[in-house]
Amino acid sequence: MVEQIDLTQVNWARAQFALTALYHWIFVPLTLGLSFLLAFFETIYVRTGNEEWKRLTKFWMTLFAINFAIGVATGIILEFQFGTNWSNYSWIVGDIFGAPLAIEGIFAFFLEATFFAMMFFGWDRVSKRMHLFSTWMVAIGSNLSALWILVANGWMQNPVGMAFNPDTARFEMESFSEVLFNPVAISKFTHTTSSSFVLASLFVVGISSWYLLKGRHILMAKRSIVVASVFGFVAVAYVGLSGDEAAYEVAQHQPMKLAAMEGLYDGEVNAGAIALGIVNSQKIAGDTQEGMLVEVKVPFVLSLLANRKFNSFVPGINDLVFGNEEYGIVSAASRIENGKKAIAALAAYKEARNNNDDTASKQALVKLNTYKDDIGYGYLQSGVDTVPPVATTFYAFHVMVILGTLFPLVFLAFLYYIYKDEVEKKGWLHIVGLCCIPLAWVASEAGWIVAEVGRQPWAIQDLLPVRVSNTNLTTGTVQTTFFMFLFLFTLLLIAEIRIMLTQIKKGPEED
Amino acid sequence: MIGTLDYSTLQQLWWLICSVVGSLLVFLFFVQGGQSMLFTLPHNAEEKKLMVNSLGRKWEMTFTTLVLFGGALFAAFPKFYATSFGGAYWVWMFILFTFIIQAVSYEYRSRENNFLGARTYEIFLLINGSVGVLLIGVAVGTFFTGSSFALNEYNQVTWQTPTRGLEAVSNMFNLSFGLFLVFLGRTLGGMYLLNNIRHVPLNARCRKSVLINFLIMLPFLLFVLLSLVTMDGYAMNPETSEIFMEKGKYLNNLLSMPLLLLFLLAGLGLVIYGVVVTSFKNSYKGIWAAGFGTVLVALAVFLTAGYGNTAFYPSYADLQSSLTIYNASSSKFTLTVMSYVALGIPFVLAYVAYVWKLMDNKKLDVDELHNSESAHEFY
Ligand code: HDD
Ligand code: HEM
Ligand code: HEM
Repeated sequence: MVEQIDLTQVNWARAQFALTALYHWIFVPLTLGLSFLLAFFETIYVRTGNEEWKRLTKFWMTLFAINFAIGVATGIILEFQFGTNWSNYSWIVGDIFGAPLAIEGIFAFFLEATFFAMMFFGWDRVSKRMHLFSTWMVAIGSNLSALWILVANGWMQNPVGMAFNPDTARFEMESFSEVLFNPVAISKFTHTTSSSFVLASLFVVGISSWYLLKGRHILMAKRSIVVASVFGFVAVAYVGLSGDEAAYEVAQHQPMKLAAMEGLYDGEVNAGAIALGIVNSQKIAGDTQEGMLVEVKVPFVLSLLANRKFNSFVPGINDLVFGNEEYGIVSAASRIENGKKAIAALAAYKEARNNNDDTASKQALVKLNTYKDDIGYGYLQSGVDTVPPVATTFYAFHVMVILGTLFPLVFLAFLYYIYKDEVEKKGWLHIVGLCCIPLAWVASEAGWIVAEVGRQPWAIQDLLPVRVSNTNLTTGTVQTTFFMFLFLFTLLLIAEIRIMLTQIKKGPEED
Repeated sequence: MIGTLDYSTLQQLWWLICSVVGSLLVFLFFVQGGQSMLFTLPHNAEEKKLMVNSLGRKWEMTFTTLVLFGGALFAAFPKFYATSFGGAYWVWMFILFTFIIQAVSYEYRSRENNFLGARTYEIFLLINGSVGVLLIGVAVGTFFTGSSFALNEYNQVTWQTPTRGLEAVSNMFNLSFGLFLVFLGRTLGGMYLLNNIRHVPLNARCRKSVLINFLIMLPFLLFVLLSLVTMDGYAMNPETSEIFMEKGKYLNNLLSMPLLLLFLLAGLGLVIYGVVVTSFKNSYKGIWAAGFGTVLVALAVFLTAGYGNTAFYPSYADLQSSLTIYNASSSKFTLTVMSYVALGIPFVLAYVAYVWKLMDNKKLDVDELHNSESAHEFY
């Protein structure tokens, strides 16, 4: 099964997945957050009966629709890409992974799709309350879809609730509740949704700032800023909390990812976290170079983040690759050996079953069970294969965290000047607000890069490396579809941005 | 109760669920059918706008049903998902492409500064409505004619032809199946628009299109049916799970499961009834009979492919690699969990129907285009 790994093909397939996922993620967080903001706006309208709030709701709803359409367009390819480009993956873990995807379809997408039409075209077809209800349902539906897909993704990071079935040579589900209440999935869900609320709030604040800067639609802009800043400020606090939880979960289940996030080669007790730094990209695990060229460290924080204890040990990349007896860490090399034994045992088991040799198959099974936790390592060649791209992970993580500490200040500043009723006059603040729009996206995409690049080389942590998850396709085929998607998505993105900008320039309809 | 079902019952249940979703999808292709007539039915911009907006309130349903169809197959028959999507790569990629371009087209078509121009988006809709549906039909055709894959003992797929699934288009049965689906979609599309829009000249043209498309569809349908009842099929020996070619397998399936035969005949009858009342009785409601009939026909087709110890995704390159609902399914545990989940489906159907009814109570007309409160959101 390992003979024919074609790394170039795998890398093109990875590139395609990264491309399509990152594109999808341009639109999804705005949907997740803006849908709730719409629900807030409309609730205020229904409560107060003030037509101005209705106009405001409709304005943001138009932007929502433009974004939503392309979000849907980019989503469908992700759904089917597991089959087309990762068919081995789909077979080996489909028994577990397929379920959340199907549930997402049944419960989340239909909710969204059904009430979406009512929300847009129902203003004078259904009652006010029914309309408000549909707006809330769109918000709930889209966030439910985040839940289910993140359950799926969380399971890849921390595979629980399943067992390997040697007869079918795949993993099979044993506990649905473990899959659903996987702590990694929960922290992913809370962090992802709250960060999307922040992104959408910054979007609303930013565009409103532009109106203030231009001196247009002042009242609408101020109203939007109030609601979005409150929502954004509450959400960003939650982003910090859930981000901390996410890092803790990473430390528990993916120590290598954590080490890469922090550029930590040699494990430490009382480990400090790096606030700013430059990674030595020449460095290879085990050599004598410094891991970081420049660093500004905050003492103790990493130990606290990783283990919730000041004086705890945080393993570095070297510890994980070469082992560390003092802290009971097994080297990657010996896990690779174990993995190879597991794979051999699986082959022996199959053969014994084909020959109807009961004793041999029992023996093979015992051996398989001894080594099965390391089975994924058996497809790797050497210990350094377990190291993800450190620089990418490190920078992405730090960009996200730095922005995550900046955003609350932005919301606070807006709230403060709203409170003092001076927000219209603060030109500098409007510019800050505008600049935060792209920064929100940078932080959000960076988060996914941490999560996904940091888990390399694994598709399923410790069990299935990406390089054996793929479909047997030629490199040329995958290259072709890669460029097809690049071309098409870029075209659609340009269209989306132009339409969006035109609508923003037009502003809310005047009557 | 679900917990006590045995494995093979669960596998059959899930084939039924996937078939129901697939059949609803075929019915919902009225959206695609409507799209494919965007350049022929309307005679002016206003009529076109009516059409686009009428279809535009339903397109997401079709789209989401397609996504669910994929998701349900993934969860219940992961080996099919891995084999077919990974194997028949190009067919699926082209299908996906047509749906990607569909998803933005409604929203962007009439927006200012939309970069590609309204016409481009209309062409996108046309491509989705014709090529997209055709290829899906071709892919379903291979449920009967087979594909050229082989699975190794770790179930990894190798495809024997470099065209990766596109070769299926050259098979007359598959191609006819695809064309049948396209013209069925157009027939249904005409009836749906007739039902949903109030506009005298446009309504008249819809009515005419229903009959014409139905007549074009007929030869393909007859060819498909005739082939189906005469061709050799991929049968499974229930004792040994061995796959072998059986003479008249699909006819045998229909005869041994008379309910399916009934579905097929009743379904066809209802479609014909829908067309007749639309074309000759001035009815606006043909879509209901024809739609229900379509679901029955599609159900009969899917169930014939999967039930009765048949390989539903056969390989002519390596018979023993063929997929049956028994060897391609998820574990018993997963199917059980998913069956509990599926209890939610009727609830989903119920609210979809409710919202749909609320929204369609009043038919779309020119007045609404200009005076609706939602007018600036219209596509
Ligand atoms: C506006 C966006 C945004 C902001 C400001 C932050 N995050 Fe974040 N982060 C995300 C958006 C995001 C995300 C896109 O939602 C990710 C990607 C995968 C995931 O689960 O959430 C993510 C992932 C992610 C991960 C990786 C989880 C994994 O690999 O499974 C960690 C450890 C953190 N975040 C931690 C933080 C911390 C400590 C922050 C500082 C306050 C922070 N994030 C701010
Ligand atoms: C929408 C948000 C997501 C983004 C932005 C994202 C980003 C990425 C990136 C950047 C890669 C390439 C990593 C690399 O190869 O170095 C990747 C790979 C991958 N991701 Fe994600 N991901 C997202 C969500 C998900 C989810 C929810 C899943 C699973 C349900 C998933 C599964 C995968 C798989 C299977 C690969 C291919 C294997 C690989 O190369 O890593 N991703 N993703
Ligand atoms: C690889 C993983 C993913 C797959 C397979 C996937 C699949 C899809 C599909 C098929 C759609 C269109 C649904 C429709 O018919 O309306 C969609 C849209 C959507 N997805 Fe994803 N998705 C992925 C990642 C994510 C992530 C990580 C999130 C959120 C955390 C997310 C949230 C959404 C939302 C909110 C929508 C609604 C439309 C929009 O984007 O504006 N998806 N996705």
